[in-house]
Amino acid sequence: MSAPVISPMSLPAPGPAPDGPARPVLEVEQVSIRLGGRQILDRVGFTLRAGEFTGLIGSNGAGKTTLLRIVLGLRGADGGSVRVGGKPLTRRARGVGYVPQKIQIEHDAPLRARDLVALGLDGERLGPRLPSRDRRDAVARMLEAVDATRFADARVGTLSGGEQQRVLIAHALIARPRLLVMDEPLANLDLRAGQEIVELTSRVAREQGVAVLLSAHDINPLLPVMDKVVYLAEGRAVHGRTDQVVRSEVLSELYRHPISVLRVDGRILVVAGATVRAEAFDAGERDVRADTAARPAGLPEVHAG
Amino acid sequence: MRAMSSPRSGFGSGFRFLFEPGFFSSGPVHAALLTGTVVALVSGAVGVFTVLRGQSFAGHSLADLGTLGGSGAFLFGVGPLWGFIAAGVAVGGAMDLASTRRRASRGVATGIVLGAVQGVSALLLYLDTTSGSTTGVTVTVLFGSLFAVSGYTATATLAFALLGLASLAVCYRPLLLDSVSTDLAAARGVRVRLLGLAFMVVMGITVALSSLIVGTILSPALLIGPAATALRLTQSPLAAMGTAAALGALATGLGVLLAYDSYHWKPVGNGWPVSLFVIALLFTAYLLSGLRRPRAGTGPAPATATTEAA
Amino acid sequence: MFAPFMQDTWITAGIVAVIAALVGFFVVLRAAAFTAHAVPNAAFAGAAGAGLVGVSSLVGLGVFSLGGALLIGLLSRKGRHDAVTALTVALMLGLGALFLSWSTEYAPEIYSLLFGEVLGLSSQDVTTTAILGFACVAVLACVYRPLMLSSTLPEVAEARGIRQVRIDLLFLTLVALATTTAVPVVGALLMFTLMIGPPAAARALTRHPAPALTLGVLLALATVWIAIAASYQTDWPIGFFVGVISAAWYLLARAAAAVFRR
Repeated sequence: MSAPVISPMSLPAPGPAPDGPARPVLEVEQVSIRLGGRQILDRVGFTLRAGEFTGLIGSNGAGKTTLLRIVLGLRGADGGSVRVGGKPLTRRARGVGYVPQKIQIEHDAPLRARDLVALGLDGERLGPRLPSRDRRDAVARMLEAVDATRFADARVGTLSGGEQQRVLIAHALIARPRLLVMDEPLANLDLRAGQEIVELTSRVAREQGVAVLLSAHDINPLLPVMDKVVYLAEGRAVHGRTDQVVRSEVLSELYRHPISVLRVDGRILVVAGATVRAEAFDAGERDVRADTAARPAGLPEVHAG
Repeated sequence: MRAMSSPRSGFGSGFRFLFEPGFFSSGPVHAALLTGTVVALVSGAVGVFTVLRGQSFAGHSLADLGTLGGSGAFLFGVGPLWGFIAAGVAVGGAMDLASTRRRASRGVATGIVLGAVQGVSALLLYLDTTSGSTTGVTVTVLFGSLFAVSGYTATATLAFALLGLASLAVCYRPLLLDSVSTDLAAARGVRVRLLGLAFMVVMGITVALSSLIVGTILSPALLIGPAATALRLTQSPLAAMGTAAALGALATGLGVLLAYDSYHWKPVGNGWPVSLFVIALLFTAYLLSGLRRPRAGTGPAPATATTEAA
Repeated sequence: MFAPFMQDTWITAGIVAVIAALVGFFVVLRAAAFTAHAVPNAAFAGAAGAGLVGVSSLVGLGVFSLGGALLIGLLSRKGRHDAVTALTVALMLGLGALFLSWSTEYAPEIYSLLFGEVLGLSSQDVTTTAILGFACVAVLACVYRPLMLSSTLPEVAEARGIRQVRIDLLFLTLVALATTTAVPVVGALLMFTLMIGPPAAARALTRHPAPALTLGVLLALATVWIAIAASYQTDWPIGFFVGVISAAWYLLARAAAAVFRR
């Protein structure tokens, strides 16, 4: 090949094997940042290992996006360190794929889904790019992997939210990153599309051995696929398995405020308030059931604060 | 166009009527066609990114600011080419530096720079008019003429046009990525501020060139018109750039042709402005392209895609 | 400078400044700087054409600024607003170039139409400007609240039954009216500077509507009056001073805002 293009074929084989499952992909240590006199993040730290699916959970304004931007190298922190694949962050976060929450592309932009995925290979490079069969095949395979072949030739701006997410995931994964960062992918999707995106991400990430860090304000859609959770509140974070973290005493400590975690029909509700009296709980549960039937979304979680 | 309404019939006479005798043997027409075509090609390609990035106002302003270069060049007696190029690069850079990331305040910043520089141009034009005997400077600078391209200017135009195209080819992929999402581009290591500045400079050179060749009125139309039309007709970036370049060149060629014909038109027998013909053609093409139903995506129309504008 | 024949100049310019600042407040709020730039350019074509058909240039200004504004409004319902604006301006200026090529006006007259002619306005101009200005303020007073709501919270406005399209066209009409008032005085090219410079400076300093409006008006008045005085002294074109002073307010305000935020 004449152009200095990294063919996807020449990249190291995917899968957790080369690094071993124990090798941390992302190490966040003691990251702190103050913005406008408010402590957004206060000594936040956690570690992600290869192939793990981690949910970054917190209410609006908890600092999820700020934390993700620091991990991506899009902004600096006041203190602490971020290491990707054992190396400190550089301007180009190598080995990190990113799915932004919103893209600014309009419906008339002449960019097909296929073009956007191809940009995932080497979109940051200068100079013209020579077409090649390898590239075309790699793009086609990636589109196939996220079930996007159907709309591969449609303009990105005309696709629905869920379809755009698929294309963006393909764009992020085609360069075979070790870590996939997704900022609120479910925020603008209806429930079914959201569920499909979560399942797809989990499946493709496992196939490729990619660690996923996905931010969301509702923990429930992630429950079936999530290995670990980073729970963000009051600028601080707790990290661990879902059943370790999402507990009344842990979250009460995190929020510095009494919090109750209710498990209803396999869903998790986080509500403000100390001990929930038994009869109130029962009544609440009935109400919750009634409400769940009416709105499959379940109740929105309530945060102190 | 005119041949259609002509009472005369027959292909041969219609052809001769459309192409006035002497059209193809006229030296100025050759130079005008050549430089006009080159400028239209570059403008079309650069224009696609201008429209995609929502920088039509900046593109338009840069053309207006060619006025500064033109009037300054008249005053200091340097070649207008260098005046236009210098003004385009300097002002493009200033606009990029003055602007912020938010699109809303970007328009205001562009406008402020435009206003300040237009004020200075007003002064320079005033000094031109009072210091020399050239009272027609205002009109010449503002409404430039395609039929006054010298050999030297034509060569320099070609060189700068090639430079513009080459720069665009270098920045092509990061520019596309940036048009999807600035954060996405930045996360991949693209220096987005630098990229924005580079694009403004490329746009500055392109617009300055075309302002010089086709006038400050036509140059933004050549930048925006073909690109906006091409966006409605094509699906992929290269197709859009190619279509825009072709449309611009076609409209310019037709415009020069009509202008040449118009020397015999009423009410004044000294020709209609070329820019009017080209702009009218571009405007018509844009309107016609709007009639075409956009190819629907597979999904429902996204609610998020349309709210961004305004 | 304060001779009787200059009195009208001060008054006319004052009216123009107030109108520009009031309409300009909404121009900045709606991020419509390009529109504010486009409409006066269209108006220029109208003024150039008016001479040909033998009507007063004010009629030409009015018809073309309104026509240009409505064309922008209608076309941008189906396309990118800024691209449509750019094309419309180009078309209008192309027509202007055609009219100029037909007309026998001298370059200085075209120049003053582009860059303004404050010195030596007749008293009839004061009356006309005052009437147009009053109309502008009256319309603005009537539509102030819906315009404010749709400019700041478009969704809420829509939910309350305020049609965005109508507000857009109404706003464009306002810009056209203000343009017709101001272009004979400050010129087609610098009109918009007065419309965005002072209001943008005011908005950089305060986000509250009432102080921003007041400050914008005061800055605009200061701009034109300083510009007249300076132009009178130096004989340089008033447009130069208006453009540079407006930009200076904006830069100062941005700098001040940055310092205060520290």
